[in-house]
Amino acid sequence: MTAESKSMSLIVTKGTLDWGYPPFILATTAAAMGLNVTMFFTFYGLSLLLKDFKPQISTLGNTAMKLPMGGMHMALPNMVSAIPGVDAAASMMMRNLIKKKGVASLEELREAAIDSDVRLIACQMTMDLFEYSIDDMIEGPEIGGAATYIECATQCDINLFI
Amino acid sequence: MADVVLDAKGLNCPLPILKTKKALKDVPIDGTLEVLSTDPGSVADFQAFCRTTGNDLLEHTQDDNVYRFLIKKTA
Repeated sequence: MTAESKSMSLIVTKGTLDWGYPPFILATTAAAMGLNVTMFFTFYGLSLLLKDFKPQISTLGNTAMKLPMGGMHMALPNMVSAIPGVDAAASMMMRNLIKKKGVASLEELREAAIDSDVRLIACQMTMDLFEYSIDDMIEGPEIGGAATYIECATQCDINLFI
Repeated sequence: MADVVLDAKGLNCPLPILKTKKALKDVPIDGTLEVLSTDPGSVADFQAFCRTTGNDLLEHTQDDNVYRFLIKKTA
């Protein structure tokens, strides 16, 4: 069995440091395994395509989030995320962990996706809504909307919403 | 001795697979690639990678915490 003619699409809806990983990991791995891959970036996911790319994690709403600290796991209650600087500090901790554990940076994975010819589609409506233009994005994405994605999805073996 | 050796020790998912894909470009057809990894998840991943891409996983062995994969490039 080979996957040469197989294909996968992903709808990418979240743009935080942690949530940016699953779509880029799956997209780059699928491309490495021979699949044709399309990523459709919409709503907060669109920020993963920005040239000015400083993803942070948000401690808010991550009810199960615990970061390893001194051999233990520390939870961050939602209330704490209202304190200025908490997200930035948590993001710094996460970035340190990423480096320490040999995990690729998001920038690296984004680069790998482009290098392996993953098709990137930036949602036009999201750009209008959040007042971005294609010039704010890295080189490579094309512009499209729901119909562009649906047409692609009808031809894919795997369609994921992340 | 493999035609190409890839040291992916210390790297985490999905980097060993991404680097393997890249390294395979430098391997001739019917040639072999040896990959060294410390990621315990790579054991299942290299089997899946080879099944899906059609390359042959000739050997996979473990020496302490280092996993060694010998892949024959078939396509």
